[in-house]
Amino acid sequence: MHIAEGFLPPLHAAVWSIAAAPFVIHGTRAVVREIRDRPESRLLLAAAGAFTFVLSAIKLPSLTGSSSHPTGTGLGAVLFRPPVMAFLGTVVLLFQALLLGHGGITTLGANVFSMAVVGPWVGYLFWRLTRRAGILPAVFMAMMTADLATYCATSVQLALAFPDMQSGVLGSIAKFLSVFAVTQIPLAIIEGLIGVVVMRVLISVAKPELTNLGVLGAQKKEPADV
Amino acid sequence: MSDRRVSRRGVPVNVGLLAAAALILAVCLLVGGGTASDDASEESFVGTDTTAVTAIEDSHPDYTPWFEQIFAPPSAEVESGLFALQAALGAGVFGYALGALRRRRTTDAASPGVGDDPH
Repeated sequence: MHIAEGFLPPLHAAVWSIAAAPFVIHGTRAVVREIRDRPESRLLLAAAGAFTFVLSAIKLPSLTGSSSHPTGTGLGAVLFRPPVMAFLGTVVLLFQALLLGHGGITTLGANVFSMAVVGPWVGYLFWRLTRRAGILPAVFMAMMTADLATYCATSVQLALAFPDMQSGVLGSIAKFLSVFAVTQIPLAIIEGLIGVVVMRVLISVAKPELTNLGVLGAQKKEPADV
Repeated sequence: MSDRRVSRRGVPVNVGLLAAAALILAVCLLVGGGTASDDASEESFVGTDTTAVTAIEDSHPDYTPWFEQIFAPPSAEVESGLFALQAALGAGVFGYALGALRRRRTTDAASPGVGDDPH
């Protein structure tokens, strides 16, 4: 989902940067507030950031004969709500753009918007929608949809910048979706499964912290709560 | 002690879930490898980011990237090494955080009352 450096026209790069900026600023404040108000959740915060760091570094082969990487942003979105991931995701993307030659500074705004804003929010939405089915199915859905939504967002961003000569933006969306989203489906399922394992481990080692964050509480103690 | 028993009982389920993930990956490798060799493309399992760049270059040959990478890894080997470094850093922090959380819990459980506090 990393749009390569220079591969968005200046206008698009600027617009996506402006669109992403408020989310990142808000997310940075959310992280600072989280650390100040709940110092005990620092370890989980580190775990959520590190999880994204690991998953977005690993490129996996897919059914389509191409390879791609998961995003890992769904976990932090579930634990700390999406704004926190806007900050953590930006840190990861900045690291990759500067040190790994992956992504870029001009495309950072667009990449932040897809991976650190759209992904976490969509994942969080599905977490809320499916939470009644149980924590673990909801985590699976959150991780999977955050991953898929990120790649769909990238497809739309590229399609808007590079509409197809004949079929226009819509045709171009279909073309980029066939590159990104189809490849991503099995990887998103894998990410969902890994997310379930991580959440099971977290429940066994960090139950009080998870209850504090409201991840477990609403499900187990107040089943009537929506 | 009871915490440890609980988490151990969950281990087979976790292993099963990871095995399912590995199985999907294996199927991807087999099927994807077949797809790629059917195509004329020489290299299989090219990154989708690269495929997208190729697609842009095909459909918009006039477009020239207007900004260059500030730093690009000099070779694919160095690049994969840097990615491994990223994964290692992440895994290290992740493992440390989980270990510290587990230690916090066992310490809490040792001192009576603290572990029962719902908030």
